[in-house]
Amino acid sequence: MSDRTTMQSIARLVPEGSRVLDLGCGDGAMLDYLQRERGCSGYGVELDDGNVLACAKRGVNVIQLNLDEGLTMFDDSSFDVVLQVDTLQHLRNAETMLVETARVGRIGIVAFPNFAHWPNRLAILRGRMPVTKRLPYQWYDTPNIRVGTFKDFEVLATKNRLAILDAFGLQNGQEVRVLPNARASTAVFKFERG
Amino acid sequence: MTFDAPLQLRSGASIAGYTLAYETYGTLAADRGNAVLICHALNASHHVAGVYEGQPDSEGWWDTMIGPGKPVDTDRFFVIGVNNLGSCFGSTGPMHLDPQTGKAFGASFPVVTVEDWVEAQARLLDALGIGQLAAVMGGSLGGMQALSWTLQYPERVRHAVVVASAPNLTAENIAFNEVARRAIVTDPDFHGGDFYHHGVVPKRGLRIARMVGHITYLSDDVMNEKFGRQLRSGLDLKYTTQDIEFQIESYLRYQGDKFADYFDANTYLLITRALDYFDPARAHDGSLTKAFAACRAKFLLVSFTTDWRFSPARSRELVKALLDNRHDVSYAEIDAPHGHDAFLLEDPRYLALVRSYFNRIGAEAGSQP
Repeated sequence: MSDRTTMQSIARLVPEGSRVLDLGCGDGAMLDYLQRERGCSGYGVELDDGNVLACAKRGVNVIQLNLDEGLTMFDDSSFDVVLQVDTLQHLRNAETMLVETARVGRIGIVAFPNFAHWPNRLAILRGRMPVTKRLPYQWYDTPNIRVGTFKDFEVLATKNRLAILDAFGLQNGQEVRVLPNARASTAVFKFERG
Repeated sequence: MTFDAPLQLRSGASIAGYTLAYETYGTLAADRGNAVLICHALNASHHVAGVYEGQPDSEGWWDTMIGPGKPVDTDRFFVIGVNNLGSCFGSTGPMHLDPQTGKAFGASFPVVTVEDWVEAQARLLDALGIGQLAAVMGGSLGGMQALSWTLQYPERVRHAVVVASAPNLTAENIAFNEVARRAIVTDPDFHGGDFYHHGVVPKRGLRIARMVGHITYLSDDVMNEKFGRQLRSGLDLKYTTQDIEFQIESYLRYQGDKFADYFDANTYLLITRALDYFDPARAHDGSLTKAFAACRAKFLLVSFTTDWRFSPARSRELVKALLDNRHDVSYAEIDAPHGHDAFLLEDPRYLALVRSYFNRIGAEAGSQP
């Protein structure tokens, strides 16, 4: 999901000049973009050695941490925005981390692959797990250990008393606001503590 | 370089007419913006990189990191290595004559702290005409000096690279230092620190101090991998209690012997004490966050997963204090098996990271790679 239009769609949700914490920041492209184009500052959190190095090369602040160990290093409301772009689906403690995201950030933004996108539904109807551009892995080697849908996230957010500020789907870099649960391969949520 | 003006020390004592041994590598840029100060740990010196002419074995202690084309590239940066006050590699230390008594300082050499070393280093930079450092860098106790630089001279440091360090020593760590000090002090050849007049060296104490230290610099894993339960000679137990039978015993004794031949016993006491005392939070109600409020530098911190003497958890405390103050910081936890020693070894991830960081510093400083 590293394509530029997708990144820009998510970046638009981040107010200019925000102090940002990007959980699972990858090679730091998003933070780099936010710093250059939207006057933001902040830090990425990343586990992978190669990505940590890539961030250092870009000049993006990066903290090497395993998110499964939580966010105890970060104080309540210490960031304007906490991002989780394609991170949630890799976390064992996904629910805890969602709550932690809302605790540390005044605003949380989460993007993840929407399992209810229609091609995925079709694959399941045919009796097979979906393998698509967005979910390119076979069921036995996928790093996506949490597969959820747009609707599932709404339920989880409500359960944890998060107030959803904006929600839409992303498909081919375009925002999908009508029937996103069926029509978009990526779900995007912007929320705060309720 | 010799400094005539007395240096006021934290203890209240002062030292006058002292010498600091230092080496420089590379060329100072016209704008003086490419200076990098390297701070050493317990048993190292100002000789950080390269070899002396005609002495192929005289490799600097951080030669993997510093030199032409190395992560800290001396083709680009002007690197300064300095031997700390009280050490035994050329700077004024307890083995030198006290001008007031005409005898070696010995035990009367004043206790020096990390902060005192930074003051002395700052005077050296003044003398070299360097106002602001592009970076200050160190590992372990050297990392503590780098941290202290950002607190004592916030405006003189643009970047601090702090490797395998800690905001202070834990009780366990002080305990290890104390075992080492007692080994030295109780050696009959120590003579209360004035062994120089007796023509002896408390080598037994130094050896044991080094053996204890060495155990703590390695990880259990790497020790098992390197030595395991291997026996030194033959395949069977000899049923002795004093012979060297296990390879690990042989290794430790060798390290101890080597160390006792070149290191000064009083220096060992002084440097371990400086380690024990370092605690920047102490003057700020124990709050590390408050301690780092005034600093201005950007930071790179690195720790190693198997380092139990300066564990990743201690580096994370530093990261948190910097985050709380909204300072720029990057932090890497290198998954290396070698324990505390890893900071001196050639790990490609670690070296690549420091290289990228220094490339950014160089780009800021405007010098070309």
